[in-house]
Amino acid sequence: MTPVVQAQNLGLTFPAGDGDIVALSDVNLTIEKGDFVSFIGPSGCGKTTFLRTIADLEQPTSGTLRINGQTPENARKDRAYGYVFQAPALYPWRTIEKNIALPLEIMGHSQAQQAERIKRTMDLVNLSGFEKKYPWQLSGGMQQRASIARALAFDADLLLMDEPFGALDEIVRDHLNSELLKLWDRTKKTICFVTHSIPEAVYLSTKIVVMSPRPGRVTDVIESNLPRERPLDIRETPEFLAIAARVRDGLRAGHSYEEVV
Amino acid sequence: MNRVIPILTILLAIFVFWYAAAIWMNAPWQSILNGRANLTNVPFLEFAQQTWAQDKPILPAPHQVFSEIWNATMGLEFTSRRSLALHAWITLSATLLGFVLGTGLGVILAVAIIHNDAADRSLMPWIIASQTIPILAIAPMVVVGLGAIGLTGLVPKSLISMYLSFFPVVVGMVKGLRSPEAIQLDLMRTYDANPWQVFWKLRWPAALPMLFASMKVGIAISLIGAVVAELSNAAGGGLGVRLLTGSYNGQTIQIWAALFIAAGLAAVLVAIVGAAEKFVNARNGVRA
Ligand SMILES: Nc1ncnc2c1ncn2[C@@H]1O[C@H](COP(=O)(O)OP(=O)(O)OP(=O)(O)O)[C@@H](O)[C@H]1O
Ligand SMILES: [Mg+2]
Repeated sequence: MTPVVQAQNLGLTFPAGDGDIVALSDVNLTIEKGDFVSFIGPSGCGKTTFLRTIADLEQPTSGTLRINGQTPENARKDRAYGYVFQAPALYPWRTIEKNIALPLEIMGHSQAQQAERIKRTMDLVNLSGFEKKYPWQLSGGMQQRASIARALAFDADLLLMDEPFGALDEIVRDHLNSELLKLWDRTKKTICFVTHSIPEAVYLSTKIVVMSPRPGRVTDVIESNLPRERPLDIRETPEFLAIAARVRDGLRAGHSYEEVV
Repeated sequence: MNRVIPILTILLAIFVFWYAAAIWMNAPWQSILNGRANLTNVPFLEFAQQTWAQDKPILPAPHQVFSEIWNATMGLEFTSRRSLALHAWITLSATLLGFVLGTGLGVILAVAIIHNDAADRSLMPWIIASQTIPILAIAPMVVVGLGAIGLTGLVPKSLISMYLSFFPVVVGMVKGLRSPEAIQLDLMRTYDANPWQVFWKLRWPAALPMLFASMKVGIAISLIGAVVAELSNAAGGGLGVRLLTGSYNGQTIQIWAALFIAAGLAAVLVAIVGAAEKFVNARNGVRA
């Protein structure tokens, strides 16, 4: 089966006045269908850049990148992925349901289909009852959930999530993490997930990609053997702690552990 | 009540000041008149009333202006050449047509500018240069020029209004249409939205607040444009003509009446744009 994401010797350099910034250097990574992949690493190591490159929002300067065996551009035109940005990026003049309808309108779904998908995804992220509210009437966590619903609405098989829960408190975050796992288990989607939190990465992932900065590169790829079904207290088991320790070592080897939040 | 009292206080202060200023400014001429009539030792109160009742005062008193407005609108047939209501309508129609044309032109230019770098670089300097030419110099040229080819009345005047009012709309809309954040545009790209969709679903709604702000400026200067254009064609009528003939004949009361009507019109027009803005805001969930 063709991998969902395949990067070979991928590099991306941003030109800058005072010396170029190497955001990605020699990245090799394969993501299979159904994987839950977390990207972890200190600030500035190229996590966002890598996700944006997959999404065809940035252009690699060397190497090759294939999404479902196609170029990123063709994959984007196929609407192969849903992207959840670090900020909710809801349109303030649209109600929550209209925000979720945005991709559906653009992709030409019928009114009936839109209504059905809005209802389904709003249920999924526990936002039922807030259809007619405007973004400013929702809390930050609810806004972020709305943006996840928007990315899920058109049912792409690949979900790219850039620190979606970064701005939320621990309790909401735990809750959304276990919701996300259930969703992933139910829908069999492939998920790429950027985070700064080691427990979050270990709890969610089948595969953890450890990155380090200057130049941005992948220093370790850790396969997790935790079961797909994960109650929150799995975080106290020895298996969990062993993987967390390996991630921590990987980050330390990148000489940047101190910078990790 | 809490809002009414301060407003009334200020209004009262303005009237007191106005009446006092009328005494002071009209006093020299009143003294000459009284001297000619051999009136001496006129008591102050009587003298004040005289200064408020001159035929061609330097500064007419408020009640003179308001009774002139009343007589020249309600007291005359609408079709009468002296009816202020008729002249106000002539000016208003040119203002509205010019405003609609100007807003349309402004929006079209702004759309061209944001979608096309060449348009940005080639159009913007001309647009700015156009506004550095004094309107008082342009208006007669346009009105007389178009009159020579048989185009008189509404059209030349509204062209002047358009010429003034398109500018704030271009500037505001370029800013407004460029206001979406990078992340909001990126989102559209991930959906592979076409330029048409990006425009109508993102840029246009994002620009609406700027559109209304610039339309408020635009409609007020449309009115100025129409009045200035009327100065160049005395036969056409309008508030501008009333100002002009008023000043030829020293009819200060007539001038002030026309001024007040123009100011009132401008206030009403800006308020109408403001009401439209409120309506659109409510539909777009803008926080009250
Ligand atoms: N558009 C750009 N132009 C120039 N440099 C950029 C641009 N985007 C990112 N960079 C640089 O590329 C490097 C990687 O940035 P990136 O945003 O991918 O980091 P990150 O791992 O997501 O960091 P964080 O955890 O803080 O979000 C940084 O050094 C950044 O300064
Ligand atoms: Mg980032």
